[in-house]
Formats: sequence, structure tokens, C-alpha cells
Amino acid sequence: MSDVRFAGISKAYGEVRALHPLDLDIRPGEFLTLLGPSGSGKTTLLNICAGYLAPSGGRLLVGGRDVTRLPPRQRNMGMVFQNYALFPHMTVAENVAYGLKVRRLPKREIARRLDEALHMTRLDGYGGRAIRELSGGQQQRVALARAIVIQPDILLMDEPLGALDRQLRKDVQLEIRRMHAARPRTTIYVTHDQEEALVMSDRIAVMRAGRIVQVGTSVELYEHPVDTFIARFVGESNLLSGTVASIANGRAALVVDRLTVPLEGRAAEGLRAGGQASALLRPETVRAQAGGLEARIVERVYLGELVAVRLALAGGHELWSRRLAGEWVGGDTVEIGWDADAVSILPSASFED
Amino acid sequence: MNPAGGRLGTVALLVPAALIAVLVFVVPLARLLGISFSAPAGPFDAYTHVLGDDIYRQVFGNTLLVAFAVTTIALLIAFPVAFALTRLRGGWRTLVFACVLLPLWISVLVRTFSWMLVLERNGPVNRLLVSSGLVDAPLSLLFNHAGVLIGMVHVLLPYSVLPIYAALVRVDPSLLRASEGLGATAVTTFLRVLLPLSSRGVATAATFTFLLSLGFFVTPALLGGASSMTLSMLIDSFVSDRLDWPLAAAASVVLLAAALAIVAVASRFIRVSNLARVHR
Repeated sequence: MSDVRFAGISKAYGEVRALHPLDLDIRPGEFLTLLGPSGSGKTTLLNICAGYLAPSGGRLLVGGRDVTRLPPRQRNMGMVFQNYALFPHMTVAENVAYGLKVRRLPKREIARRLDEALHMTRLDGYGGRAIRELSGGQQQRVALARAIVIQPDILLMDEPLGALDRQLRKDVQLEIRRMHAARPRTTIYVTHDQEEALVMSDRIAVMRAGRIVQVGTSVELYEHPVDTFIARFVGESNLLSGTVASIANGRAALVVDRLTVPLEGRAAEGLRAGGQASALLRPETVRAQAGGLEARIVERVYLGELVAVRLALAGGHELWSRRLAGEWVGGDTVEIGWDADAVSILPSASFED
Repeated sequence: MNPAGGRLGTVALLVPAALIAVLVFVVPLARLLGISFSAPAGPFDAYTHVLGDDIYRQVFGNTLLVAFAVTTIALLIAFPVAFALTRLRGGWRTLVFACVLLPLWISVLVRTFSWMLVLERNGPVNRLLVSSGLVDAPLSLLFNHAGVLIGMVHVLLPYSVLPIYAALVRVDPSLLRASEGLGATAVTTFLRVLLPLSSRGVATAATFTFLLSLGFFVTPALLGGASSMTLSMLIDSFVSDRLDWPLAAAASVVLLAAALAIVAVASRFIRVSNLARVHR
């Protein structure tokens, strides 16, 4: 179990900057997810960590040791590839034992660790199977077994669940999470699926256009996003843009066009009085409230125990609310409100692209 | 169109090709077989002559040896070239592909004569070797095995590169990265991942190259000497020097039988129809 430190790591292809110099520390045994849209640089960062890509600048330290120039085979990292990259001409057991055989471990040790890894990934009895005989979920588990059997200092996973269907993906997410809890090992997990990131991670680093925008726990990202990009990317959000009227004691008031009252909320960092900003209202905070703003229900979506409601405010603004199904019974004209504490006033994303 | 008419139409499409095949392939082959048994001294005389004579046996041996050597050398050169082709992009890829394919568009005769100019005693290769001090006296690169091997490898290289390339492009590059990440050296990755996954392509290339070198005539005839005579040169001399048609026919049948035997053995490992897939 090792800590990982990216120190000023950058990557450029000619004039194109795939990664701006960035710093990131990962604690021993931590499950960290790199979350971002495609092209944000998350896979580039993972490949630099694995040694498949050389960074243009900066250093990579694992357990205090500089591994920047070390070839992949000397890094002792286990990688789970997006398409699994299982060797098609080998059986399940040969795939899983590959990393042990090239390390020239004694036969008995190989057999012992192979059994252990197959057991841990619920593949007992599958050792003799050919890869093409396996389902997608089973192949995914073989890839995981092959990566952990070498007892890697760091486990790297590149969108490992992307090829699985939704239900299976949820099962595997929880399974990986359980495995990690039972035996923590430093893990870097890449995904573009925010829900997956929220479910699995100790911390999430949200990336965009080659930069890390924010690093934090699921709760921190959800409740205290640093800007509108994070707010939009993590969880559902209503964003109303306007002009900052005042900032005081960590609170700000935002004047929104054609809205009669200013919106008040917690002020994020980087706000400037008179500058442009957005108010973030999570859908679950928008509720029916007598004497509140007048709104009209334009759409109702039943989500089982919850109901999502699209509300039209005066001046053409719209908000989504997601509450228990009983809340929005009755007519289409309602009065709505929210706690000022549940509102964040955020600067607009600093680098739109 | 009704099904019967469709079938008839399909047959009609095949008629011209079938006619050509019968006229220029089946008929001459049958005739060749007939001639081989028509020696004045008895039907099997030509065969006992061809197979019994020490000198002819030596030529057979030499032909197999040359074909084997050419195949081995061609594969050793072709594999790295094919692998490089899978990694190159854009203009470089086009350029290397052109270098591999361009020789196919130039007549074998022209290329062989060019090699004679390049390899001769006072040719550019020898001048370079001598002037750089690598050798004391010019090497004899013509009219011996060396000349034959150089010329034939060059002519047959595309037939080795293309099947191997076709196999290698189907190997997922992330498999190589996975192997490396699991701790394997480049040699181990080559032996345990890349080679097994491209073995069919290599076998196809080997069969292709070997069969073509067995019957090669122009290049060994021009670049080789008396000591490096091959079966096709022997057949030529039977026809043009000795005017012994039954002997030439018998030698041809033996060559054909050898080729068929190799295809039979090779087809245990590869499907012969794969040969047709090469140029895709």
C-alpha cells in the first residue's frame, strides 16, 4: 500500500496541452476517482501513472520513490483496462497467473495466489475456461483478478464497468467497494459516470480540459462545489445566473434577471461583488411552501417513491424539484421555497470550452 | 427472377472462368502428366531417372534448402516490418507500405537485372564494403547462394509482410500494454502474446513464401551459379538443352507433388482460403 504524488505532472502533444501541470496526492489505501467528461485528461493521467505515457513535465512519486522514468513492468501496478485486454489465447487461470509467471514465482506460490484471486473474484472453478466462453461480467472479474493477484502497490482502473449493462454495473460497483473495504489498497479509478464516482470513491478529483477542478469527498463535491461546472457534473442541479449584489460573512445575494427577489445563499470562493455568478439549488431542496415564490407545474415525472416536477417561475426561469411523491398533489399553480442554507452562489466555470 | 433461373444465371457467370481454367490449367496439366509417363524406355523411366540420379537429387535438395532459407530470412525481416506498419500512422505508414508493395509492380526480370548490377564484383555494394575497410577483397555475391538468397528474399518479401501485417493489426495493442504492466519484458511479451496471436499470419506467410520459392525460376537462373541450381532451372535445361520432354514433365510433376504435400501439411495449421484474405 503506497501513497501516490503527482507533482507538476503535465502532458503536451506538440501545441496541444492534454494536461496542464497539476498536483495531486493520493493517500495510502485510498480509493480515488478521476471523474470527468471525455477529453478531460483523466485517462492520460492514469496512463502516465501506469507508465504507458511519459509526462512532458513533472514527477510521479509512489511511496516516496520517484518512478517518473520507470518502465511499466517495474512499477508493480495492476491495471484493469476498459476493454479488459484479456489474452484471448489463454485460459482464465493462465490470464490471472500471467503476472506471477513472468515474476518467476515458485509453482506452489503461483497456485496458491491464483486460487485466492479466483476465490476473491468469485471465479472458483472457472480457471480452465476460455476467455470467449465468459460473459462480460465474468471477463471483468478476470481482469480484476489478474490485476490484484500480483499484489500491486497501486490498482488502476480505466472505466472498467463501461461495457456492462446498468444492473450489473451497480452490482459490480458495490462488489468492488466491498473488496476495497475488506482490503484497502491504493486505487485510482477513472470514470465519466458521476453516480459511479459517488458510490465508490473515498475522494473524487473532477477533471476538465486537462485540469483538476476540484478534489473532495462525494459530500464535499455535492454540497460545496467550487463552480458551476462541478455543480452540473456532480448530481442534478438547477442553476440560475445573475449578478452578485453583495457578499458578507460567507453569504452572497444574487440578482437574477426578471426575478422579483434576490437569491441568497452560501458564497463560494472567487466571487466578486458586481460579477457574474450562478445560484445552485439542488432539486431536493426546492419544495412547496406557502407564501413563497409563485410557480406553475409544467411537467411531472414519476420516479417511484419520488416525483420530479418541472416548475416555471415568473420571467421564464425553470427549476426542477425532486421530492416525495405526496408533496406536489393538487393544482398546477403552487408556491415554492427553499432554505437559504441549501443554496450556493457559485462563480461560473473559469474556463468554458 | 425464379430460383431456377437464378441458379442458371450463377452458372452462366462462372462459365468463362471455368472454360479458361479447363483450357489453360486442367488440359495442360493432364497433358504434362501424360508426357511424364511417355519416355521411350518405359512409362516410369523418366521418374526413375529424375528421382534416382544423385545430381538431380542434389538439385532437389538444393531447391528445398534455398526455399527454406529464403522463407526463414524473409520471415525474420517481414515480422519487424509488419509490426512497425501497425504502429506507424499517416504519411510514414503510406511510405513504408509503398516500399513494401512497389516492388510487386515492377517486373521480376527488371528487378533481378538490377540486383546483378548492384551485386557484381565492382558494383556499389562491393565498392562500399572495400572502401569502408569492412572487407579486404570484393565479395562474390553473384552466381552463388548469396545472390540467389538476396534476390529471392527481395522479390518475395511482400508475400511475407502482408499476411503477418494482416494478423498483427488484429492484435489489440492494449494486450501488449497489459503484458508489460504485469511485469513482462519485451521478449516475453513477444513470445507469449504477440507471436501466439499472430501465428496464423506467420504460418500463412511461411507457406506462401515457401511455395513461391520452390518454383522460382528467373531470379535463381540469373543470380545463381551452376552450384546453386534449382528444380525450375533443371526443368528448363531438360526442355531447352536436352529436348527431353518426358524428363522435364516428370520433374515438374515431382515439384507439383512436393508443393501439394506442403499445402496439405500447412492446411493442418492454417486454412488455405486464408491465403486469399491477405490483400485485404
